[in-house]
Amino acid sequence: MALLEVDDLSVTFSRRGQRTVRAVDGVSFSVDAGEVVGLVGESGCGKSVTSLAIMGLLPKQPGLAVGGKAVFDGTDLLQLDDRSRRDIRGRDVAMIFQDPLSSLNPVIPIGLQVTEVLARHRGMKGAAAEKEAAALLDRVGIPDPKRRLKEYPHQLSGGMRQRALIAMAVACKPRLLIADEPTTALDVTIQAQILELLKELVRDSGTALVMITHDLGVVAGMCDTINVLYAGRVVETARRRPLFREPRHPYTVGLLGSVPRLDAGRGERLNPIPGSVRDVLPWPDGCAFAPRCSRRVDECVGEPPQLVLTYDGRGYRCVNPAPVPGTEPGQEVRDTVPTQAAPGSVPAQAEPNDPPTVPGLGPAPSEEETA
Amino acid sequence: MFRFIVRRLLQLIPTLFGLSLLLFIWLRRLPGGPETAILGERGTPEMRAAIRRNMGLDEPIMVQYARFVRRLLRLDLGTSTATKRPVVTEFLERFPGTVELTVMALVLAIGVGIPLGYLAARRRGRLLDHLSVGGSLIGICIPVFFLAYVFKAIFSENLGWFPSSGRQDPTIDATRITNFFILDGLLTREWDAAADAIWHLVLPGLTLASIPLAIIVRITRASVLEVLNEDFVRTAEAKGLTESTVRRRHVLRNAMLPVVTSIGLLTGGLLSGAVLTETVFGFTGIGAFVAEAISQRDYPVLMGFILIIAVVYVLVNLLVDLSYSLIDPRVRVR
Repeated sequence: MALLEVDDLSVTFSRRGQRTVRAVDGVSFSVDAGEVVGLVGESGCGKSVTSLAIMGLLPKQPGLAVGGKAVFDGTDLLQLDDRSRRDIRGRDVAMIFQDPLSSLNPVIPIGLQVTEVLARHRGMKGAAAEKEAAALLDRVGIPDPKRRLKEYPHQLSGGMRQRALIAMAVACKPRLLIADEPTTALDVTIQAQILELLKELVRDSGTALVMITHDLGVVAGMCDTINVLYAGRVVETARRRPLFREPRHPYTVGLLGSVPRLDAGRGERLNPIPGSVRDVLPWPDGCAFAPRCSRRVDECVGEPPQLVLTYDGRGYRCVNPAPVPGTEPGQEVRDTVPTQAAPGSVPAQAEPNDPPTVPGLGPAPSEEETA
Repeated sequence: MFRFIVRRLLQLIPTLFGLSLLLFIWLRRLPGGPETAILGERGTPEMRAAIRRNMGLDEPIMVQYARFVRRLLRLDLGTSTATKRPVVTEFLERFPGTVELTVMALVLAIGVGIPLGYLAARRRGRLLDHLSVGGSLIGICIPVFFLAYVFKAIFSENLGWFPSSGRQDPTIDATRITNFFILDGLLTREWDAAADAIWHLVLPGLTLASIPLAIIVRITRASVLEVLNEDFVRTAEAKGLTESTVRRRHVLRNAMLPVVTSIGLLTGGLLSGAVLTETVFGFTGIGAFVAEAISQRDYPVLMGFILIIAVVYVLVNLLVDLSYSLIDPRVRVR
């Protein structure tokens, strides 16, 4: 059993007189200790809502309904009462947010914002808490931590603020860390440092990390397993290498294809996915991506595509997936990811540490599909 | 911090000079003068001229102003043209009542307004929220004198809970030191006198507090609702802090900023708004005295009153700025 098993999670917002919005629609994934799992997708695809639902941090409002399960170490987080949820939050499951300035309280010194977690979950007080807080700031790479403890968020740089937020999140050595676009608000050099720091923390402590991002560079550098979300559903799930090497879902293909390439010719145009997230077909009526899809066929409309699972643990939700020996899309993709395996390395499908995750499915009759 | 306070106090000096000069000229431009108030319509031009000469009103206005300023520097506000007593003496007798009333109203408005506004925000869309929002609307709309009569009719005449007028029961033989009745009662350990003075303050205090209370409820509610949606509150929740810690440390403190500013602005209005309330409740404060001074064209009293209000206003807003900087480190004063 994995550390966190999210099963058929759904979040709907309904308002009188308005169409019900299914922000998250049957999302399932799991995270093991020490594993980094990515949730990838455009803005509005439901990735942040997924993480907030797991944390129980969705703003309480009438018309909000959360369904499914999020089992963390044997307990379903969605079924917990407020008090037990507060006990787990910050201690076992912690979260890092997108905008470090607005995520820190502007009128309270950094020190108190760190020590309050220590006081709440580890019962530390006074000088001991302060010492530990300084050690935490030091650990996340903030120089002169003793002085920083007394400072306020507006006195820190963007990177420092994100480091401080990370220090607060890891203060109680959580077993699961959810990072919601932790580098989006930072400039590129700082991004790399923060990602490096997160990687280090995962490696040193065995913390499981759920990485929410729209940035494929982040995914390529960090994640072991990746779930691609579109319009609230997982449209493709795969381990990192197979996903980058042979994306099957046309949306994944489009995402990878739209990354600007340094080695492209000067006159060459970017390849964005046509349309916008708003051009969505409601899932019950077929594939939500169909209106924007270049591989659309007649079967795409009518009923929702099932999740197709292949023997190597991959899954995609598409009736007309991109072909496997990826001649044209696969080729481009490989080129966009410089950190990928050198030519001649073991093909992804045959990787021994990529066993089928669906029990009883066994080796597929063909590489193509099993319904 | 210290330099900030000193600088602000020094800024007060030119402000007061400018204000007093404007007032001085403007008051003397008003139709009619003290001589009309004293003689009525029947006085002959000779009698009027004699009175004006007596009061020094026939001299050039700048000469009069210079004399006023010279006296002001010795903290002498002149003599009331109506009562013939020194203005300072009159004020020392009457201001304490108004100050007590204003402080009572402020305490009620803040002490009830902030918690009520906070609760309304937490229970948004539920009964308490609707009640406090609707109630605050009524509080702003109802004329103060009408509310005063309603309070008197219900709580004083029908229920008999509170006295309907005065500052203290005349049968109580209280010792006067400062003319702040509550303070005097505490200083002389005449507890019954202090309690009775507080008792007399409840209805006028509530009346005077109605508008600021309504404003504070609304501002607090709006401000808390805004802060509840802030990212840092979500961060605090994500840390698993208890609800009370999140409220106290993260929500309330940030939500107080606009409330503190509005309290500063409201205090000035309270001091001058006390006039009406005092009249209705037969409360010996500065209010009725100043109202009388206007109709009597009692220049020295009016000058003194407005200047004192200005000083209080500046001091209160200095306090507000100081507390603002205590709450929000981003506006720390230098």
